[in-house]
Amino acid sequence: MDNQPPVHSYLREPSGLKSWLLTRDHKRIGVLYLIGIMTAFVIGGVLALMIRLELLRPGPTLFTPDTYNKIFTLHGAVMIFLFIIPSIPAALGNFVLPLLIGAKDVAFPRLNLASWYIYVVGTVVALYSIFAGAVDTGWTFYTPYSTQSTTTVTAMTLGAFILGFSSILTGLNFIVTVHKLRAPGMTWFRMPLMVWALYATAVIQILATPVLGITLVLLILERLFGIGIFDPAMGGDPVLYQHFFWFYSHPAVYIMILPGMGIISELISTFSRKTIFGYRFIAFSSVAIALLGFLVWGHHMFVSGQSELASMVFSALTFLVAIPSGIKIFNWLATMYKGQISFTTPMLYALSFLCTFTVGGLTGIFLGTLSVDVHLHDTYFVVAHFHYVMVGGTVMALLGGVHYWWPKMFGRMYSEFWGRIAAIIIFVGFNLTFFPQFVLGSQGMPRRYFDYIPEYHSLHATSTVGSWVMTIGFLIMAAYLIRSFSHGAIPGDNPWGSLSLEWTTTSPPPTENFAVTPQITHGPYDYDQMTAASTLARHGTGAR
Amino acid sequence: MDTTRTLFLPPGGSTVAPEVDALFNFLVYVAIAFFVLIMTMVIVFAVRYRRRGPQVLTPGISHNTALEMTWITIPLILVGIVFVWGFRGYLKQSVVPKDALEVRVTGQKWFWSFAYPEGATSINELVVPAGKPIKLLLSSQDVIHSFYVPDFRIKRDALPNRYTITWFEAPRPGNHHLFCAEYCGTKHSAMIGTVRVVSDREYQQWLESTSASGTGMSAVDFGAKLYVSKTCNSCHSNDGRAMNGPTFRNLYGHDVEMTGGGRVIVDENYLRESILDPRAKVVAGYQPIMPTFQGLIKTHEMDALIAYIKSLSPTKEDDGQPAPRP
Ligand code: HEM
Ligand SMILES: [Cu+2]
Repeated sequence: MDNQPPVHSYLREPSGLKSWLLTRDHKRIGVLYLIGIMTAFVIGGVLALMIRLELLRPGPTLFTPDTYNKIFTLHGAVMIFLFIIPSIPAALGNFVLPLLIGAKDVAFPRLNLASWYIYVVGTVVALYSIFAGAVDTGWTFYTPYSTQSTTTVTAMTLGAFILGFSSILTGLNFIVTVHKLRAPGMTWFRMPLMVWALYATAVIQILATPVLGITLVLLILERLFGIGIFDPAMGGDPVLYQHFFWFYSHPAVYIMILPGMGIISELISTFSRKTIFGYRFIAFSSVAIALLGFLVWGHHMFVSGQSELASMVFSALTFLVAIPSGIKIFNWLATMYKGQISFTTPMLYALSFLCTFTVGGLTGIFLGTLSVDVHLHDTYFVVAHFHYVMVGGTVMALLGGVHYWWPKMFGRMYSEFWGRIAAIIIFVGFNLTFFPQFVLGSQGMPRRYFDYIPEYHSLHATSTVGSWVMTIGFLIMAAYLIRSFSHGAIPGDNPWGSLSLEWTTTSPPPTENFAVTPQITHGPYDYDQMTAASTLARHGTGAR
Repeated sequence: MDTTRTLFLPPGGSTVAPEVDALFNFLVYVAIAFFVLIMTMVIVFAVRYRRRGPQVLTPGISHNTALEMTWITIPLILVGIVFVWGFRGYLKQSVVPKDALEVRVTGQKWFWSFAYPEGATSINELVVPAGKPIKLLLSSQDVIHSFYVPDFRIKRDALPNRYTITWFEAPRPGNHHLFCAEYCGTKHSAMIGTVRVVSDREYQQWLESTSASGTGMSAVDFGAKLYVSKTCNSCHSNDGRAMNGPTFRNLYGHDVEMTGGGRVIVDENYLRESILDPRAKVVAGYQPIMPTFQGLIKTHEMDALIAYIKSLSPTKEDDGQPAPRP
């Protein structure tokens, strides 16, 4: 292990701002995306704190109802379209995918850069809508509210429409990359599970996003020209919009969670130093979830007046899709069994994920249950459920992934001590914020409420306190990550002793990723056959 | 009738609540069981197999068919049970008993209005007799709203283009919160009301006092009251402002242009027709969105409304005079 950062690093060569803005290197594009999504996360996070402050006590606290409505709409739209959808695939995925399969880059590097610029344009258009007065429809843009609203719905939906292209192009790029650019010996079943997850995600990105695009275009046309697709006054049907919207947006929740599950597979195997349990099941179930996920959108519409028969079918399919997600939890647990578990910062996030995602999944069962969903639909129970899945699942996985690949990305190590402290604070703050919301929702507190009856006060206040605990965790994290650039230790190529491919090159990697094209002779999880030290000497036996 | 009380749910107040609550409780127990099982395994493994020394090889356990079949089958059976149980409850929530009393519910930015079979109307307060099934025929005047009574475990969206239906039967007298559960704008969180369940006798009394013919009131005053209680005021102003529909101010006795050409002089018969069959003649520049009040307005109420509208057109000296406010 050397004590100096390697000279030939993608971070340094070539240098200059222009070389970054015109880069075709997937690693640099990944870093550019990381900057983008972190910015979006900060904006969305500040908005979230504002929501929680308003709800600290009943009655008006800080804002007017109209301002509050805009704040929660922007929080949702920013977090979904600008942050969580591009987060793991476009930021981390871009960085690690070619490294994980031993490729020099993605299949279409220029397209990759183009998709980042499209992301930036979409983001600017979406953020412009804030300065032009902001949207008040909720991130779901339900008609006919959204066709009648006088706020900047058109700009925000146009932004989301543009962002969709970025997502589609990234998906396309990843699919071709996985098919065509695997290094010699990297068979499908030697691919790390993160690659399978990104692949399944890419399939959804390509198939589902166009539907959202068309829906948003129809919404814009309806607003501009009154074409009468959704407006009942002109013979349209507002519920049709909900079908279109959820046809994308339910699969989209898998765009959010599948890559997170990919990261968790990597983390649990690496930090338990154990062969992954049920590799094929995890790989195939990712793809199966991606496809079956298209058939459950109606579970968002159990009280919308859709037919009882349709509701029954959607409920049944929802349960079937839920099963493979649940089983993955058992696969990860079995992976830990008889392993050698270390409690590094990334592993703490993986353990947090096991706890919070389990809660998110189990409460999803409540919502898939027809009679119970009638009571819980559109209450804080749903808010708690999807935050347990998206924050407790996706964000925990993202943070685990960022901490795991940080030394590879930047050639610097953050403070492990502060890393663990922050992980614990975030875990506690998260549960304090969102667990009370399950109780609130069960008691009947509807979502998107500016004000509430006094009975709900103490639970809301607890939730607001939790949001500040979480904020403290994130501030500590920001501090030690920034500090690591200048003061972080030099980690060496493989600080975690992992067997997967990205750790065989230098940290940070050179522009071309690997000095010589790697020959793959073993699977990424063969901890029963070798240790990281022996990988370098290429002692693999091959077949997994 | 006893209700199942859980840690989380509010006390049930309808006949379907016990079934929903029993399933909810079952789900809570199953969820806790799985959560505890999974967390115990995480903690036990984390402690027992924590890394103690330098790297050594670990056992290569790649799968175990018996174990995997177990953890696929058990959840499958459980969700199978939950699915059937939930569907049966949902059917109960959806299928209205034959003898139900029908109440028309209209959601509108930002209040609820109720029209009872006997002709009474009320706003933000639904009054119903205990022990009788109540059928709710829901619709909306503008955007989507959702009728939600947590204590009854019922919720149904109110749509602008068609009726949706739900029902409940509250076994005991009492008051229950009514919320709007579908986001509808500025005062979404203020669109709350009460369901007041009363005894049969009280209900009859209430009906009488509410639908009372305006005895002791002038026709114009009664009309002014109906203008609000029948929600005319949500689309027709009485001060000259154009809303979703034409204003009532200076309407009577004037001639107006119709959609598709032609002019009509507004007289009693035109007003009556517009209330009972709004789409027969639509004033130019407006959408044909007014609901019919056929069956919701009695003869003497019609008379009073027409008298009120007439009072808003002081034929000779009409300028400058402030419009009467109800
Ligand atoms: C275990 C698998 C899951 C099940 C069984 C499940 C079930 C459901 C159901 C039935 C609803 C509708 C609730 C209602 O509106 O009343 C819902 C809502 C929601 N779920 Fe999930 N879900 C699962 C996973 C996810 C994932 C992975 C995400 C995101 C990463 C997610 C995000 C959401 C969101 C955002 C909503 C709220 C939609 C809205 O009303 O605005 N869910 N879920
Ligand atoms: Cu409403």
